[in-house]
Amino acid sequence: MPAVPESVLVANRGEIARRIGRTARRLGIRVIAVHSDADAGLPFVTEADEAIEIGPASPALSYLNGDAILAAAATTGAQAIHPGYGFLAENPAFARQVLDAGLTWIGPSPEAIEAMGDKISARNLMREAGLPVAEGSEQAVLDADTAVRHAERIGYPVMIKAAAGGGGIGMSIAGDEAALRAGFETARSRAERFFGSHAILIERFIARARHVEVQIVGLADGRVIALGERDCSVQRRHQKLAEETPSPGVSAPLRERMLGAAVRAGEAVGYRGAGTVECLVDAETEDFVFLEMNTRLQVEHPVTEMVTGIDLVEQQLRIADGADASFDPDRVRSVGHALELRVYAEDPVRFLPSPGVIGQWHEPAGTGVRVDAGYTAGNTVSPHYDPLLAKLVVHGMTRQEALERASKAIADFVISGPKTNLPFHAELLASHAFASGIYDTAVVGGMRPAAGGHRG
Amino acid sequence: MAEIRAEMVANVWKVVAAEGTAVQDGDTLVILESMKMEIPVLAESAGTITKLAVGEGDVIQEGDLIAVIE
Repeated sequence: MPAVPESVLVANRGEIARRIGRTARRLGIRVIAVHSDADAGLPFVTEADEAIEIGPASPALSYLNGDAILAAAATTGAQAIHPGYGFLAENPAFARQVLDAGLTWIGPSPEAIEAMGDKISARNLMREAGLPVAEGSEQAVLDADTAVRHAERIGYPVMIKAAAGGGGIGMSIAGDEAALRAGFETARSRAERFFGSHAILIERFIARARHVEVQIVGLADGRVIALGERDCSVQRRHQKLAEETPSPGVSAPLRERMLGAAVRAGEAVGYRGAGTVECLVDAETEDFVFLEMNTRLQVEHPVTEMVTGIDLVEQQLRIADGADASFDPDRVRSVGHALELRVYAEDPVRFLPSPGVIGQWHEPAGTGVRVDAGYTAGNTVSPHYDPLLAKLVVHGMTRQEALERASKAIADFVISGPKTNLPFHAELLASHAFASGIYDTAVVGGMRPAAGGHRG
Repeated sequence: MAEIRAEMVANVWKVVAAEGTAVQDGDTLVILESMKMEIPVLAESAGTITKLAVGEGDVIQEGDLIAVIE
């Protein structure tokens, strides 16, 4: 049996489609891109061996159009489909369609995706597997009165979340009943609109928390291993801005407990391929609770690659084909410290979107510096997609060295046209909270207390 | 008279306020959507909305008029 497929269709766009293509080409795999008409000139399309336009800019008509993607796979003779992250990556019905078409799905089984797709069922399943979970609703909450009853039992403040949600959409914190009722209605309407389900989850809110996740890999022989953690506490609007590994807030004993729990989580669903177990760590007590599992490649996977030297996309391609990993799972070593900064097309003060045409584009380079970019000079950043332009990933032998290299790389990164958050990242690295390593999910709010609504 | 203009390219997702009605400083007029983000546009003074220049589903450019408050 060959170790990897001969060809792969990448059902995604931007930096992740390009990054998957890079590994596939290195392994001698033919790369097929699918794209909307708005993305025709982007690097992930121009660098592919073949490219098929699958629809207009609106994601519903292109990157979420499973039939068009499967038709492109049939036309080009693709053997496998890699979904990247977002779009169809965690859609079990699409995964099944891919398998039914006789193609290889680069991801876990549709059953594993399904089990983890709903935050409430995932929470219950993980509690059965022995993972700690925050106190919360054990069933979908469908009306505000029930939400209030849960909050009174759990104690305010509580977190309101869409059960089928992701990306922080519809998520809010409520300190009292009035805020809960208002937040519940908002969450319900957004959940309906973005995820097609209005089920809500109410959970205890942990005030001083770090957002720490564990990378797992389910091997072809059925074993599940953990490849260390990533600290993703630097967030705005519940979306990540910067990630690092190892987490400066996780002690060796806590790390051991978290990695063990993440392996059990993967084993509980027979996980295969790359996945991520997200947790919240209470900064005061060193307790952690399970948040959710992402059954796909994570945006911030490069920091794990930088310290372990393991190409996670390569492992996904091999494992999906039933082959062994390219490394010895019993001899994984983590070296040094890695940091990722998400470069967004948004103003660095209020974080408002800033689409437009890119004039200059100059990427930093040097020892320990990696850039995963979705765009280059002359490309147009469309308002139809998320604002991620590039990921600046930096490695150093120590955290201090990584931060110094990152500061220099930010200064060398030139993007003109859309506003970018590069100046924010420079400020973040210079801030006492981040530099000290003692920070939590409130760190961006502390730097930008006013960044919320948009005044006329 | 205060003119409220768009700060970016966006789609008009929801029109919350209505022409001819009174608003307070900080009230939400419309909700825009750009780059998978919902951005509420707020009144920056109290008054009456004498003109609401956008409708749901419209695509607006930076600088386009959204509303006039008098």
